[in-house]
Amino acid sequence: MQRQRIVAIVPAYNEAASLPHVVRDLRSSPLGLDIVVVDDGSKDETSVIARQLGVAVVTLPFNLGIGGAHQTGFQYAVEWGYDIAVQFDGDGQHLAREIPLLLGPIENGGADVVVGSRFAIKGHGYRGAPARRAGGVMLSVLVRLLSGHVYTDVTSGFRALNARALHIAAVDYPQDFPEPESLLTFRRYNLRVSEVHTAMQGRVGGISSINLWRAAYYMIKVTLALCIERLRAPLRGV
Amino acid sequence: MGRIDLVAIVVSALLLGYIIESVRRRRLREEYSILWLATAAVLLLLSLVRPALSILASALGILTPVNALFVIGFAFMTIILLHFSMVISRLSRENRELAQRYALLVYRLQEERALREPGEPDDAVTVVARQAITGHIEGGV
Repeated sequence: MQRQRIVAIVPAYNEAASLPHVVRDLRSSPLGLDIVVVDDGSKDETSVIARQLGVAVVTLPFNLGIGGAHQTGFQYAVEWGYDIAVQFDGDGQHLAREIPLLLGPIENGGADVVVGSRFAIKGHGYRGAPARRAGGVMLSVLVRLLSGHVYTDVTSGFRALNARALHIAAVDYPQDFPEPESLLTFRRYNLRVSEVHTAMQGRVGGISSINLWRAAYYMIKVTLALCIERLRAPLRGV
Repeated sequence: MGRIDLVAIVVSALLLGYIIESVRRRRLREEYSILWLATAAVLLLLSLVRPALSILASALGILTPVNALFVIGFAFMTIILLHFSMVISRLSRENRELAQRYALLVYRLQEERALREPGEPDDAVTVVARQAITGHIEGGV
């Protein structure tokens, strides 16, 4: 079998400080990954630092939010002919040595999308603040009700997509807070999504439970998006 | 004819005139003026033709005919605002797609530039690309 071309998509918004560590971690992987940093309209030196590190940098002219940044990475992967893309956060919460766990189900043909779950094994792994944990459980239940499938970590952004999934996500991918919703989007196109257990770092990224209003907005927005996503049909011609 | 009828006529006539003038000066596109023109025209017509307003009011079960004007105006506003929310949603989607396309093109340009001989002069596209890379966009939003 021909060697698969794999790219790690690193969305980065004001991550100049953590980017060198993330790139070093990715380069330590024996997989020979290519790396693309999607600078989501950062106000700091994210693009400059990334370019100095010698990785591919796609610089968005203004901030699109995490969904738009991910999608730009998928479009990059499609345009440059990659077989597999790995979503890898720019804040250092994902571990390069766990990428092979994500690739397994794709390489043996068992899945189109693989999600690294912190909770796939009961009693193991990272536990966030209680409120955050409760929000995650609520979304998991909602996704289960709407999709009929069990996902233990619907907010995980540590994922791998094969070429088929990439072609779809490049044109149809949720914006703002894409993780839970995209699970339903993938199912809408009959993509096979599976989970593997990954540890990840304990860092709380994304939605801080400190800001109650933002958390409340997040829950309302995602709940609404999930319910409406369930009512959609696949885009024609995708 | 009471004072309120006169006010209604004057206000809707001014609104209609202002909308037409804005379209004429290209400050408002025809596409987006249609709903506004319909609103102003209907309000003006109903304020001018009292019997029509009375018939409408009784059909809607409104006791004071002039209140029917508010109801009609409110209904049109709701439609207009919903329409604008849809337009904004479309614009933001198109805006995102443009930003993504643009960022990927700039990257491609850079790659191609890296393959050229050093010392070769920049073409206009490369200059634009460089400005984009340094995060500097002329003119603002």
